[in-house]
Amino acid sequence: MTTTTLTPTVLAPELEVQGLRRVIGAVRDTLAVARRNLIGYRRVPQLLVFSTIQPVVFVLMFRYVFGGAIQVPGMPYVDFLMPGIFAQTVVFGSMGTAIGLATDLKLGLIERFRSLPMARSAVLAGRTLADLVRNVFVVALMAAVGFAVGFRVHTNALAFIAAMLLILLFGYAFSWIFATVGLVVGDAETAQAASFPVMAPLVFASTAFVPLESMPGWLQAFAEHQPVSVTVDAVRALVLGGPTASHVLQALAWCIGILAVAAPLAVNRYRRAA
Amino acid sequence: MTDTAIRVEGLEKRFGDVVALDGIDFEVPTGTVLGLLGPNGAGKTTAVRALTTIIRPDAGTAEVLGYDVVRRPDAVRARIGLAGQFAAVDENLTGRENLELIGRLTHLPRRLVDSRSSELLERFELTDAADRPVRTYSGGMRRRLDVSAALVHRPPVLFLDEPTTGLDPHSRRELWEVIGELVGEGTTLLLTTQYLEEADRLADDIVVIDKGTVIAAGTAPELKAQLGATIIEVGLADPAEALRARGSLVAAGFKADQQDREVRVEVDDGARELVNALRALEDSDITPATLVVREPSLDDVFLTLTGHRAEATDTDDEATRGAA
Repeated sequence: MTTTTLTPTVLAPELEVQGLRRVIGAVRDTLAVARRNLIGYRRVPQLLVFSTIQPVVFVLMFRYVFGGAIQVPGMPYVDFLMPGIFAQTVVFGSMGTAIGLATDLKLGLIERFRSLPMARSAVLAGRTLADLVRNVFVVALMAAVGFAVGFRVHTNALAFIAAMLLILLFGYAFSWIFATVGLVVGDAETAQAASFPVMAPLVFASTAFVPLESMPGWLQAFAEHQPVSVTVDAVRALVLGGPTASHVLQALAWCIGILAVAAPLAVNRYRRAA
Repeated sequence: MTDTAIRVEGLEKRFGDVVALDGIDFEVPTGTVLGLLGPNGAGKTTAVRALTTIIRPDAGTAEVLGYDVVRRPDAVRARIGLAGQFAAVDENLTGRENLELIGRLTHLPRRLVDSRSSELLERFELTDAADRPVRTYSGGMRRRLDVSAALVHRPPVLFLDEPTTGLDPHSRRELWEVIGELVGEGTTLLLTTQYLEEADRLADDIVVIDKGTVIAAGTAPELKAQLGATIIEVGLADPAEALRARGSLVAAGFKADQQDREVRVEVDDGARELVNALRALEDSDITPATLVVREPSLDDVFLTLTGHRAEATDTDDEATRGAA
């Protein structure tokens, strides 16, 4: 710091170049880390398979077992269900971010990364980017499963794509929450155990599987406004029709709000971790 | 280039109530090997983590090749390689992919990443396993890969934190050989170890730390010279007998320590004092089961300086890691 103030004329141009190089370097580092994490998913397909089987089982269970008992006015239950399944898939999937970072921390990889001349942001950005790419595959698969069991889009292809992008953004925001969880607990099993109690109420006390009106009044207040419900409602509006703008804006507000809080928390935790 | 590769002055680090480093000083001249010696929890790993910019010291300064670790961390990171106590490699990647990842993250040009990776795999005898996931590697192979990952960008200053802990003697000797070669090529090395044999074999200078402070520094012969010229080790039937033997030796004016079934005596003139020592034991009707007369080792230095053996584990480095 003192050197900078003492000799600004010498250092300023150099810092300028460094500023630009830094951004390019950070992008490259992020891609290198993301690539590494994706190789991990490819080599240990169990991770991906288990996180995919669960939502598939949910689709089948709700479509063919519970669905008959759940009354949704004006549409087949499967059309109501699938937006909820998409949200559930990415929320539960973000546990992968926690597990991945906790494992890196435990193995000492985070320490090694911190001793390298790489961008500080790249470990978290690379991790969440890899998990975003993974979500593209998982969400596409869930859509295929949904169509196979009778799910139909009532609007158009463009609105469906917008809905899927919203789901991916929502999953990305959640990854940052669980990045912090992973760095705090520092152990894969604990990360898994710590994640579930946070996720379960968000996913189940929501409009993902049942209509809001079926819940007791005190629960409705929470269920109506929490992020999973808001996102599911926006996705439903996009794929099933009805008033869309306000739902989508609310969902975007949640995503941006979560990112604005969770990302600095995770980065701060990363700086102090290891 | 500076003549001093690593300079540490009054370095302090606290984790909550635990004082990990209580003001340590040392210097490592360029191209030499410093052995940082101490028991678990002495602060060795904390010193390495501060020097490699992983943690921020609370007080004092640390410089690598003239760059302050707190003010110029990126300049330091570009010039160092680190291999820690736990082989920090990605289990799902192959050996080659691990090296390539480090090469990319240290911003080497693409073709250099490829050639360096192949070169290192060959040197560390990992070529056959290069394209297998690390998951399938043995402990020794992982450690060799970990050390080679620290070398991808050819850092002039290398930090090896207990590189051979947990390795079998064969793998340990193999790693020593490669480390010896690196040093021969001019790399400055800071090596932490609990194995005195390792420091004795690899290090030019030795700094002994205990409870976060430097308790001795010098070359191995200098440290050994602080002790008597000869060590006599007397093995006895049981600890009680050993205690009795120590009593009679101390009564006869010897400097003697007892541990388990063994009594260790430091003397200046081995041949003459040996006779006196045996006579003292005979006078007390004690017959030694075994008897060894030898030169002092760094182990003896350690025992004399700290009052416990190097392998003693009263506190653990893990604890300070967790507290971080």
